[in-house]
Amino acid sequence: MKMHTINFTINGRKESLKVSSNLTLLHMIRENLALTGTKNGCEAGECGACTVLLNGEPVNSCMVLAVECDRAEIMTVEGLTENGELARLQESFKNLNAVQCGFCTPGMLITAYELLQRNPHPTPSEIKEALVGNLCRCTGYERIIQAVEQASGE
Amino acid sequence: MNNPLPRLPEFEYIRLETIEKAAQFLKDHPGEAAPYLGGTDLFVGLRDRRKQPKYLVDLKHLEGLNSLTFDPAKGLTIGARVTLNQLIDHRDVQKNYPILCQAAKQVGGYQLRNRATLCGNICNASPCGDTIGPSMVYQGSVNIFGPDGTRSLPLEDFFLGPGKVALVDGEIVHSITLPLPPEGSQGMYLCHGRNKLSDLAIAAVSVLAYPDLTSASGFRFRIALSAVAPTVVIVEEAQVLLSENPIEPSHFEKAAHIARQSCKPIDDIRSSAEYRRELVYTLTSRALNQVWDSLQSV
Ligand SMILES: Cc1cc2nc3c(=O)[nH]c(=O)nc-3n(C[C@H](O)[C@H](O)[C@H](O)COP(=O)(O)OP(=O)(O)OC[C@H]3O[C@@H](n4cnc5c(N)ncnc54)[C@H](O)[C@@H]3O)c2cc1C
Ligand code: FES
Ligand code: FES
Repeated sequence: MKMHTINFTINGRKESLKVSSNLTLLHMIRENLALTGTKNGCEAGECGACTVLLNGEPVNSCMVLAVECDRAEIMTVEGLTENGELARLQESFKNLNAVQCGFCTPGMLITAYELLQRNPHPTPSEIKEALVGNLCRCTGYERIIQAVEQASGE
Repeated sequence: MNNPLPRLPEFEYIRLETIEKAAQFLKDHPGEAAPYLGGTDLFVGLRDRRKQPKYLVDLKHLEGLNSLTFDPAKGLTIGARVTLNQLIDHRDVQKNYPILCQAAKQVGGYQLRNRATLCGNICNASPCGDTIGPSMVYQGSVNIFGPDGTRSLPLEDFFLGPGKVALVDGEIVHSITLPLPPEGSQGMYLCHGRNKLSDLAIAAVSVLAYPDLTSASGFRFRIALSAVAPTVVIVEEAQVLLSENPIEPSHFEKAAHIARQSCKPIDDIRSSAEYRRELVYTLTSRALNQVWDSLQSV
């Protein structure tokens, strides 16, 4: 199979890789770059655990081809922390116990992070609407919504 | 153990500089190459091996496919690669084509709609595609680019069956046009799924109505049914009934009854055919009454 060379930035770091056509952004992130914060929950666009920012927009990385990311800017959950310090949103998730098993959390954080960039003070219903594509099997969502609200309030 | 999450099968990713080259490539590889926009339908088909194209021909970077323009005289033209979120966020779309916005918001989650396009929803030709009914009651058409030139086709003539559209090898939909809705029109998209937000529709009804002095009732209604037949159904007989008879509740019931008779639903994982038929009756009746209320309150 033909390999394509792509150059991109991930969490502020420049990278260059050779990828096959059918490699998804999700597998590139987890396997080629060993950034395992991004999760593979369904590989079908349903669960949102694989959400990353592609040029500033949240996307399901299981539904994007790596080869399309030439010259792209990518941000994963690892990019939220600066110098080992948790971001405000992460602190709120921690403080409000919005994390149980944690599998959905990276996707939740990225989706919520971008929501707060777009809309710094969302209402609970706007938060719910933004998180429709992020499934959680543990928390019942209430704590997650409260955590996003708390992070937006400060 | 079998992997329940199969990776994408092998294919070659093709990115050409112009739409002419993309169309030629598609023409030269009949049955082997698929146009590729958001991939949100394509990938599902690839993963469960329903689709096995050798080539995915990316269209997203092509010039002209990214434009979303509104002109009060011509209406709305939506380039093929415009995402559903771009559509939903557009002020002129919200103002003039509210049913389309309502329907577009039903598709998947926010992340998915950053990739998924209106064009892909239409070209995928699933009878439960949320945006198809609304695009049809707005009397939309597809603008097609092919190796032999361009042509436009009303959506009513575009769908041939589930997953089948009236395109020949090498043809690419480059945009969709929705004319300006008639003055004073009101409408709604009523969709019923297993959950409120992200599941595919079990049945859905699109209604658009507007005052029209040339009809006996003084109004015209357009009614489209989704997810209840091989293609979206326009309920012509009910439309005629409501333009030729005085508007009154019993005629809405009759129109809903005609809608129930005109669909050909199937049993599947989401619902029985019988339940779908009853839903069509209820949703049509509800939508007609609500649209009528809003017509009178303006
Ligand atoms: C988790 C999930 C949830 C979903 N929920 C919904 C939902 O609630 N409602 C709904 O309606 N849909 C839903 N979908 C289906 C899908 O997201 C939509 O149909 C979407 O709009 C498809 O757009 P796309 O750009 O991704 O199309 P693609 O997958 O890129 O293309 C779709 C089809 O059209 C063909 N095609 C693409 N572009 C062209 C062109 N320019 N000319 C000719 N043919 C072309 C492709 O070859 C392919 O066969 C869902 C999908 C997933 C994965
Ligand atoms: S792994 Fe991508 S949406 Fe579930
Ligand atoms: S915390 Fe377990 S899936 Fe959300």
